[in-house]
Amino acid sequence: MSWFRRDKPADENRPAPENGERRVRTEGLWQKCEGCRQIIWKKDLEANWSVCPKCGWHSRIDALTRLKLLMDDGEFEPFDVDLRSSDPLGFVDAKPYSERLAGMQRATNLSDALISAAGCLAGRPIQICSMEARFIGGSMGSVVGEKIARAIDRAIDLGTPLVIVSASGGARMQEGAVSLMQMAKISASLMRLDEARLPYISVLTDPTTGGVTASFAMLGDLNIAEPGALIGFAGPRVIEQTIRQKLPEGFQRSEFLLKHGMLDAVVPRLELKPYIARALKFFAA
Amino acid sequence: MVPEENPGAQPESHPAWRRVQLARHPKRPHSLDYIQRLFTDFQEVHGDRTFGDDPAIVAGLAQFEGNPLMVVAEQKGRDTKQKLFRNFGMPKPEGYRKALRVMQMADKFRRPVVTFLDTPGAYPGIDAEERGQAEAIARNLREMARLGVPVVVVCIGEGGSGGALALGVGNTVLMMENAVYSVISPESCAAIIYRDSGKAEQAAAALKLTAPDLLELELIDGIIPEPPGGAQEDPDAAAESLRQHLRRSLNQLDGLSPDQLVQHRYAKFRNMGNFFA
Repeated sequence: MSWFRRDKPADENRPAPENGERRVRTEGLWQKCEGCRQIIWKKDLEANWSVCPKCGWHSRIDALTRLKLLMDDGEFEPFDVDLRSSDPLGFVDAKPYSERLAGMQRATNLSDALISAAGCLAGRPIQICSMEARFIGGSMGSVVGEKIARAIDRAIDLGTPLVIVSASGGARMQEGAVSLMQMAKISASLMRLDEARLPYISVLTDPTTGGVTASFAMLGDLNIAEPGALIGFAGPRVIEQTIRQKLPEGFQRSEFLLKHGMLDAVVPRLELKPYIARALKFFAA
Repeated sequence: MVPEENPGAQPESHPAWRRVQLARHPKRPHSLDYIQRLFTDFQEVHGDRTFGDDPAIVAGLAQFEGNPLMVVAEQKGRDTKQKLFRNFGMPKPEGYRKALRVMQMADKFRRPVVTFLDTPGAYPGIDAEERGQAEAIARNLREMARLGVPVVVVCIGEGGSGGALALGVGNTVLMMENAVYSVISPESCAAIIYRDSGKAEQAAAALKLTAPDLLELELIDGIIPEPPGGAQEDPDAAAESLRQHLRRSLNQLDGLSPDQLVQHRYAKFRNMGNFFA
């Protein structure tokens, strides 16, 4: 086993990174922090939920790890695990969308870019959805839309709060306008949750952009984000290309959104659970 | 139907791409061209009461065949000066907030809402991000779902993703025959999947963004025929065609209670999606 692995030049056989997502490939025992460039014992990093013990940099964690972090004893009951996209457009780019899906399903052991589950957070039953950014950039198609809509239905039926942890590049291009309409579908369901006076806490993590930000991620009773997360409507490259302006430092990061009034709080990963627990206690009182 | 010969497009081009070009045709009727022909006593209202007034969205009180309604529409410019004034039809957050303000006013006074979609997309700029473009669109989606009045949406030209959908949560959603409605522009899609924005024609075909495509996917309720060659060939005839569909749609929704209208709109969008269970 190697101690370090350098970034290799792009491998032709590897699928292109979705939505420009960059991933540092390190499988050694040590890992270099993207924030402070210090070398960290990988197990220390994992024990700290991938937050750098030295500088507090938040590396991305996957949907499953997120649920383990937030749910009591790391336990939860997953729902709708078998929902699969039917490729409504018969979309083909570098390879057919159906093959891309199958590959992603094998690689992530998920049927699509979201885990929806029920469980307890600090003793309170909740419905929770956790997005998987590795799955086609965490993009939202029919399956993500339907799983969230069903989670909202369950929250209304059972009278429980809803938590959605976003990590997504936005609507899924490969399902065209069907993806687009998921924004309206979920938002309409959130209207019903709102009418039922049930709490919805939106947790925005790196990255949350496009149609996900422009629908459910911004509609929480509380919108909270992890430090340093990229959050926006248009992606930074799109903005630079469109307006031909250089973007300011820290643009579209959590702290920028907090300053501009779009977030209730920027909450470090290790404080997320107590923060949500306090909020739910307030809402339930 | 799309004519065989169409001056704006290559004869061998894909039908979807021909429609993209017709939807963006420089002479295609824009929202105000229809508003002028369809409504009487149109009285424009301005501003979101928070930041400013966005000329990319036109809103106002109007009479349609003797009945009062609220019209909210995305507006492109014709000449260079107008294009700049209208920001090429790309709304900013204050535009969406103005739209919501007037739609809620319509709800309060129980007047139907008619919206026209025609935008390349919501404006992707620094100021728009600072003022919460995403939040403005998201809020419109949720709050349009709550309106207790009939909402008829017509995509008249370019239905540019979330920027169009932000006015698109209707009981009835129609598309003009040569309008397009898409999650992403063909150029951006091509830049991502083929790494070449010049392959927009291929992307347009792959995205299934024409009116017949959306009807087949059960995302819209109907298609409004255009005059031969497209709406730009005879704007009066296009407006007349739109008028008949608008009348029919409003009549169909007339008589439903506020709760029924909300439930009808919710159920319609709740059913959208294609998956294997």
